[in-house]
Amino acid sequence: MKKLLYLILFPFVLLAQNYPNANIILQKVDDNMNSKNRILESSMVIHGRRSDRTVSSKGYTEDSEKSFTEYLSPERDKGTKMLKLDDRLWIYSPTTDRTIQLSGHMLRQSVMGSDLSYEDMMENRKLKDLYNAKVVAEETLDGRKTWLLELTAKVEDVAYEKRKIWIDQERFVPLKEELYAKSGKMLKKTVMSDVVRMGNRWYPKKINYKDVLKDGEGTDFIVSTIQFDVPIPDYIFSKASLKK
Amino acid sequence: MIQFLLKGILRDKNRSVLPIIIITIGVVLTITLSGFMRGVLGDIINENARFETGHVKVMTRAYAKNKDQLPNDLAILNTQQLTQQLEKQFPAVEWVERIRFGGLLDIPDTTGQSKGQGPATALAVALHSKPSGEITRLNITNSLVSGSIPTQKGQVLVGQIFAEKFNLKIGEEITYIGTTMNGSMTFQNFKVSGTIRFGSAAMDKGFLIMDIADARQLLDMENATGELLGYLKEGAYNDKKAVQMCDKFNVTYLTSKDEFAPIMLRLKEQNNLAGYIDYVDVTSSLFVAIFVFAMSIVLWNTGLLGGLRRYQEFGIRLALGEEKGHIYRTLLYEALLIGIIGSLMGTFIGLGIVYYLQTVGIDISSFLSNASMLMPTVLRAKFTPDLLYIGFIPGLFAMVLGNMLSGIGIYQRETATLFKELEV
Repeated sequence: MKKLLYLILFPFVLLAQNYPNANIILQKVDDNMNSKNRILESSMVIHGRRSDRTVSSKGYTEDSEKSFTEYLSPERDKGTKMLKLDDRLWIYSPTTDRTIQLSGHMLRQSVMGSDLSYEDMMENRKLKDLYNAKVVAEETLDGRKTWLLELTAKVEDVAYEKRKIWIDQERFVPLKEELYAKSGKMLKKTVMSDVVRMGNRWYPKKINYKDVLKDGEGTDFIVSTIQFDVPIPDYIFSKASLKK
Repeated sequence: MIQFLLKGILRDKNRSVLPIIIITIGVVLTITLSGFMRGVLGDIINENARFETGHVKVMTRAYAKNKDQLPNDLAILNTQQLTQQLEKQFPAVEWVERIRFGGLLDIPDTTGQSKGQGPATALAVALHSKPSGEITRLNITNSLVSGSIPTQKGQVLVGQIFAEKFNLKIGEEITYIGTTMNGSMTFQNFKVSGTIRFGSAAMDKGFLIMDIADARQLLDMENATGELLGYLKEGAYNDKKAVQMCDKFNVTYLTSKDEFAPIMLRLKEQNNLAGYIDYVDVTSSLFVAIFVFAMSIVLWNTGLLGGLRRYQEFGIRLALGEEKGHIYRTLLYEALLIGIIGSLMGTFIGLGIVYYLQTVGIDISSFLSNASMLMPTVLRAKFTPDLLYIGFIPGLFAMVLGNMLSGIGIYQRETATLFKELEV
């Protein structure tokens, strides 16, 4: 009986051993996607039901706690600035000349009508620090071999309790992601493309975010320029810089 | 004859007191509950019509599909053109533009820092930018708690509960944060010109009223509107007319595949009001039916007891040569008189209670502190002419029916055995 059990389980054991350690994969993904600091110029193409809209911005990020974004266009949004320090977010509006802190459920609202929430924008932490991961399958996406990882939150303050991520086996860049609520309901999908080599890392220049609870084709987040690990003056991450 | 029967009823109280009490109670209950239910339903319909549904409402199909989310990105464009078309097609209807939207209100302190924030639902109507009758329709003047109705650009009214919570004063500035029709972030400072209390918890908590021209600028909705509400000029909601209008308007766009084509919905098709209206109608009818049935059984029983008590009397009357049919008829006339007395008393008392409930009402505000439904905080009854007969006729009918059933026994008496029975 024992022998029979071994015989049945043996192929599964073999199969399981073929998958690499999920934490090592996550570490490599974090190394690609995160950096000590970065300056990013990007545009968001928001696909509406009536028309598309493009919002461009310049963002500065330091560690996972600090980020500063200034919107450059369109005219209506020009001059709007956001500052994130830890889990607090301030928005400066030039029309009212006021700096307003957003908190609570407001952080789950859409940024500029896009499929991204403020919470999505604010999240800079490493996946490895937030989730327990396991490799559950091997799949091919657009001709690229990927590991499918299932992530379960190990900290309380995450926007998505579970994630499924398809990681490029060679470049260790996410190519597709599904984000789930605690209830198991899917909330968002992302598709990464235009993966390019930047120094010693791979990075996707285009990410399509799709809020599955909304109609439409989602929002394309397109990286125009990105600089990793460049010095950023401290004053950028102060409330005073919002009004400058 | 009537005088004779009346004397009988008044002198022999055993014959009349119990049936009169039963009928009175039944009629009082029927009138009070009918008046109360109609009053509450009428108030709910009125409140919804004034603030949300109109008698009919025109939106784009896409907006109508998600209307609870107030999707102004799917709003009607070229409103002016559509309004002119509607005015031409339905001259008996007054059309008004409304924009409803949600956002965040931030209240700054003297240094410009936030001293409070709260979610707000805003309603934009023509307050001063053009004549529309909205101030009267929404009863804004009477709902003002402090300050005045906006007369200038950049002024708003805020809900009294919200104002109290953040200790807002007239003339203070508040900042609205939200998104435009196109999804851009929008910030605007407004001056509080007054505070309002509509008596509906859902609205008084975080409610903002502004002029539609201000909202258009705020939300980038030039010549656009979320909703076009139609109110019949005759005043009251008329479902038959609303159905005709919707059919006539919607048939024009029946073959259109455009998700932004306009669609007209009547009041009953919105906010689940059809369910409420049907529920109250069914409940009222059911209540009257149960009342008639139950009263008939009770009065039949009373009639049977009376018949037993008057067994000897009927026997003597039959022995004296009175026809069975005549005795049966006098019994029914008697029932009719008792029914009239009971129903009159019941109607009188019932109408009194309805009048009281119409004037004073029942305050349920403490149960509605977290309610999101548009409901009045004071439930009031309403006097309608049908209350004059809605209890009266069943009261009368139940009494007569009860006696008709119990009186059948008269026909079962055998003349041959009468004298034998009377010896007992």
